[in-house]
Amino acid sequence: MASEKPSRAASTAKRATGNGHKQPTAGMTRAERLDAYTRMLLIRRFEEKAGQLYGMGHIGGFCHLYIGQEAVVVGMQMALQPGDQVITAYRDHGHTLATGMDAKSVMAELTGRRDGCSKGKGGSMHMFAPDKGFYGGHGIVGATVPLGAGLAFANKYRGDDRVCLTYFGDGAANQGQVYEAFNMAELWKLPVIFIIENNKYAMGTSIERASSTTNLSQRGLSFNIPGEHVDGMDVEAVRAAGERAIAFARSGKGPMILEMMTYRYRGHSMSDPAKYRTREEVQQVRETHDAIEHVRKLLISDGVTEDELKAIDKQVRDEVNAAAEFALSDPEPAPSELTTDVMV
Amino acid sequence: MLRGHMPEVLMPALSPTMEEGTLSKWLVKEGQEVKSGDVIAEIETDKATMEVEAVDEGTLSKILIPAGTENVKVNTPIAIIAGEGESVPAPSAQKAPEPATSAAPPQHASAAPTVPAAAATPETSIGYEPPSAEPEIAPGTEMVNQTMREALRDAMAEEMRRDPDVFLMGEEVAQYQGAYKVSQGLLEEFGDKRVIDTPITEQGFTGVGVGAAFAGLKPIVEFMTWNFAMQAIDQIVNSAGKTHYMSGGTVHVPIVFRGPNGAAARVAAQHSQCYSSWYAHVPGLKVIAPSTPADAKGLLKSAIRDPNPVVVLENEILYGAHGDVPKSDDFLIPIGKARIARAGKDATVVSFARGMVYALEAAERLAKEGIDVEVIDLRTLRPLDMPTVLASVKKTNRLVTVEEAWPVCSIGSEICAQVAMQAFDDLDAPPVKVSGADVPMPYAANLEKLALPSVDQVVAAVKQVMYVS
Repeated sequence: MASEKPSRAASTAKRATGNGHKQPTAGMTRAERLDAYTRMLLIRRFEEKAGQLYGMGHIGGFCHLYIGQEAVVVGMQMALQPGDQVITAYRDHGHTLATGMDAKSVMAELTGRRDGCSKGKGGSMHMFAPDKGFYGGHGIVGATVPLGAGLAFANKYRGDDRVCLTYFGDGAANQGQVYEAFNMAELWKLPVIFIIENNKYAMGTSIERASSTTNLSQRGLSFNIPGEHVDGMDVEAVRAAGERAIAFARSGKGPMILEMMTYRYRGHSMSDPAKYRTREEVQQVRETHDAIEHVRKLLISDGVTEDELKAIDKQVRDEVNAAAEFALSDPEPAPSELTTDVMV
Repeated sequence: MLRGHMPEVLMPALSPTMEEGTLSKWLVKEGQEVKSGDVIAEIETDKATMEVEAVDEGTLSKILIPAGTENVKVNTPIAIIAGEGESVPAPSAQKAPEPATSAAPPQHASAAPTVPAAAATPETSIGYEPPSAEPEIAPGTEMVNQTMREALRDAMAEEMRRDPDVFLMGEEVAQYQGAYKVSQGLLEEFGDKRVIDTPITEQGFTGVGVGAAFAGLKPIVEFMTWNFAMQAIDQIVNSAGKTHYMSGGTVHVPIVFRGPNGAAARVAAQHSQCYSSWYAHVPGLKVIAPSTPADAKGLLKSAIRDPNPVVVLENEILYGAHGDVPKSDDFLIPIGKARIARAGKDATVVSFARGMVYALEAAERLAKEGIDVEVIDLRTLRPLDMPTVLASVKKTNRLVTVEEAWPVCSIGSEICAQVAMQAFDDLDAPPVKVSGADVPMPYAANLEKLALPSVDQVVAAVKQVMYVS
């Protein structure tokens, strides 16, 4: 049984050391790299714009930016097939864009407008696109993990070969219901990938201060769930790990855990002064491990020209600017929307 | 286990709510020596098959109740154990009451019982006549007499036959046949793909159910009791109740959460609580609380077909209550509609679930005193059927609410507030709430009785709003 599972032993050896892109990766083609670069850049620019609009008072409440973690959702999404599902917690803007949601509808949701993807009723933390396999966008830390197992349960019940990517953070990894879900997922061999986006801080509490064991990829060990460390700043490594895990789950062998070693550049939310870490720490990651810069260098070595990259940059900026323009000009929801969608 | 006075062995109560049971098997013969601790018989209760141990030593001189006898009341002498040197009393002196059932005497007393435990559930003393003139039931519909437990089971089975997306999950629902035997027989018919035993992880399996509902399946999540659903209330409220709204209507959550709610019997504070107002408070949920087997079936079937999350508050004490249930796969009772269980003109009594037992019995007593009470069974707690309540109050001008829950922020509180706001000028007296006491449920029998509403309290409340003594 255990021998069928990939690399429990190997996973320790693969532990990302934080000093770059040393993991063996199944590389991408030039076209794939361009695709990954464009998608990651869209998330980065979108989030920068969202931060700007928040600062101007156009976005209210909580706003958790995904800047720094782009390679995780983009790499995983590239490993998925149509029909597969994705669910995550509140830091969900990157996931919405990665699953192919229209940037306009996402930005309009952030500004609380009529044509937001949730009609302005959900906001930053509650975005959904079931037609694209995206099931939220949930604000309760840990709650998405059983929900994701439930989506996978439906796949198994129906006998289709879909898998569900269930994202959560290093903070959620200490919630009790995560382990309830691990237990059932392995017991029932559910096709679910548990993706722990370990950005090292649960709000303001570093993983070392919150977790008695910090190797989160091994948190499924007592349930017999294999886990791997993945350099979450390397989109090619993410996709390769994702493909392995998805093939494992899709073939009926049950769940897998992927611990994505990643980093968020911004605070937990817009109102976070980030006093719990130094500016130098953030700067060091940005300069030496940035996911987008990494692909950019690969592309240049592939022979992609600066002009081509500039063209992509402009295309992305145009898309984000159009989204922002739309999100600011779109009307607020009609007052009558207050009481709709409570019940089917 | 056995609490008998020598030389009689008495029918033991083996669950908090057991009043009767089936003596399924004798494991000793007349004339056989028994020692304290020997298993002498098997008894089927409403929950499980239990072993009866002898507490006395001696010779089992006489079996008074043959194996296979159903509906043996608790404390009925079932056998005599004669101590050394004692003579066997004449059987006539140990006259056992007749079993309350009309079931034929067992053909093979030694054979294992073939009647499922739930089917043998006795009519409990608080069972009451089903109301006449059910508008939902087409004339000429064949009726079957069932327990509420059976009616709930049939509702699930019928809907599972009708829709392959419906499945049942929860603790002990499959192989154990349900902690309260509500899911009896479902595993055999539908298999373990659709009748799923879960680990004891309420928050986790509730989330799994909600996630499956996101994907379009129609889960029935059973809680062994609603007390344990407090571990899962975040998934019920935040994940199931709010997602349709938060998603701007793009995600549907067609799920049923069900299980026994309210006070059981002698199980103390953590296992005896009514959650009616907790869930009725939440927009995005529907809440039903049936009081009769027919309502239980018709409402549960509607709940399973409903595209929204529905909380079904069953009542453990009423699981064994009998009533006539329409035999029809399409018997649906609409959610959101109250039922006038008894028409009257002098005062309106509004209740639900087991509160209806007190309300209807009080109405009977008051009728004998010439007071004509109208009793309304809410049946659904969200959305509340206020038009039916208001119409009644406009007729009677007096209101009493009856429930087992705590009094603060209760369903009765809401009914009183709504009536005060919408029918103030129709009231001839301040409304009165009859509720459970504002304390955690005590264990001691006398205190527990004091903590629950009573028929006397309802009678007194009606007299109070009528200004009669």
